[in-house]
Amino acid sequence: MKSAIDFETYLAITQLHAAYASAVDANDWDRWTELFVDDCIYRIQPRENYERGFPLATLSLESKGMLKDRAYGIRETLFHDPYYQRHVVSAPNIISATADRIECEANYVVIRTKLSELSTVFNVGRYVDSIVRTSEGLRLAKRICVYDSEMIPNSIIYPI
Amino acid sequence: MNIGNESIQRRENTPWNSEGTSRIPFRVYTDAELHQRELDAFFYRNHWCYVGLEAEIPNVGDFKRTAIGERSVVMSRADDGSVHVFENVCAHRGMQFCRERHGNKKEFVCPYHQWSYTLKGDLQGVPFRRGVKQDGKVNGGMPADFKTEENGLTKLRVATRGGVVFATFDHAMESFENFVGETILHYFDRMFDGRKLKILGYNRQRIPGNWKLMQENIKDPYHPGLLHTWFVTFGLWRADNKSALKMDKHFRHASMISERGNAQAANDVSKVSSFKESMKLHDPRFLDIVPETWWNGPTAVMTTLFPSVILQQQVNSVSTRHIQPRGNGEFDFVWTHFGYEDDTPEMTERRLRQSNLFGPAGFVSADDGEVIELSQKGFEQKPEHRALAELGGRDVGDTDHMVTETLIRGMYAYWRKVMQQ
Repeated sequence: MKSAIDFETYLAITQLHAAYASAVDANDWDRWTELFVDDCIYRIQPRENYERGFPLATLSLESKGMLKDRAYGIRETLFHDPYYQRHVVSAPNIISATADRIECEANYVVIRTKLSELSTVFNVGRYVDSIVRTSEGLRLAKRICVYDSEMIPNSIIYPI
Repeated sequence: MNIGNESIQRRENTPWNSEGTSRIPFRVYTDAELHQRELDAFFYRNHWCYVGLEAEIPNVGDFKRTAIGERSVVMSRADDGSVHVFENVCAHRGMQFCRERHGNKKEFVCPYHQWSYTLKGDLQGVPFRRGVKQDGKVNGGMPADFKTEENGLTKLRVATRGGVVFATFDHAMESFENFVGETILHYFDRMFDGRKLKILGYNRQRIPGNWKLMQENIKDPYHPGLLHTWFVTFGLWRADNKSALKMDKHFRHASMISERGNAQAANDVSKVSSFKESMKLHDPRFLDIVPETWWNGPTAVMTTLFPSVILQQQVNSVSTRHIQPRGNGEFDFVWTHFGYEDDTPEMTERRLRQSNLFGPAGFVSADDGEVIELSQKGFEQKPEHRALAELGGRDVGDTDHMVTETLIRGMYAYWRKVMQQ
């Protein structure tokens, strides 16, 4: 059911998107994990799997603990060529809203810049989100990054 | 200068200037002409190449577009249930007619002039074949001796075993079983034991490195316990695990077999810098490993079938990894994760959770793509140099440990024989 939300809520959703992009583009993985509730889902999933009903995701995290494990992995255990990423996120499209839960989507583009290299389009898709109200403000209960990009340019290390 | 000319000529004829295969010339990764010869010798002749899983095309009319080497092919299921593979090039004007990657069709029609083909790749319809009547005369049409049966798509020979589909352009090819050989077939059958497979999904990555580097990566048991922190720290793959390396008689295929050891025990292995003694997971469900009866012991068996595919069992995570070259410096790597028809919902969930270790974002496998890319960069900057693969000696043979690069030497012994280098 589609319900109207007030401007203040829409602004808060937009601010959550901006805070998210800011955290992941600054490599601030602690700030990234804190944008989620404890019992959360985070996935990076090819559009192909999403639309054909295949459950496999390129990365599938099912709790804030798993997000923290990913953050640790990025910092300590995964070898990778260093890179910057830069997110551009569209205005959110509100699918439905109740008093404490909002289902919405937003398009994103992630541009990757490797050291001494040109900037290239890295991953393109849309966020499929469930956002909940908490005492600390809006938080993500679910974020699925459904990506169009048919080929991953080698590997994905950082969260999208 | 004579000497200079001679050495240049020698380099042009063969990249190898030493006996054996413990020194691998960078040129085998950087030379575009050699790459063309490899495609012909390994992907288009004399080898069974991976195409897909029968579970991807369960129903009559189902199809999947994929690739063998750099040639686009289509796998389809015909009315009688049989599996067919044909080249995605129209017999008329050569158009790559199949653009969808999967779907269901009654026939294949090339949009350009509407030549139509059966699900087996036979030509069935040619518009205006008998010409077009106008003012009492027949205009055009195909010559009287044109035969549809002589103008079908290029059909490949197909072999299926345990629900896995292989194909070859080479109709004089030996059987799939002979090609794989008894030793490796044992490990193939262990994973594909006749149970129906259930597709869990795909991951696709493009890796900027030579395709052979991925074969070598899975023939190299030296690196996993060093590069991959998760493997060494949680005992999934480390140099002191009980293990074995086995090859077919030509040394082209191999299985790396390992049994999970004493995680986080201190010894020589735990002195490597990637070992993290105090590492604990916030959410241990990543490693909620439940042994399955079909394992018969080993917790990991990684099989390389040369040249086209890797078969992965890493604890509860199983997948095929398809190698599709794109020139000498790049390949597409397509992962198909699956489960078995008798999996409980909990087992499916477990396979999916553990798949976080693998694939293009995997806690373990993401590293592999990165080191392959950077190896290729190293080769490109000094193609006259060579790599070294001398751990465990300079010869080739099966071992009962993993502190060796024998499988890489084996693969290049086969490569040298086939490429006459």
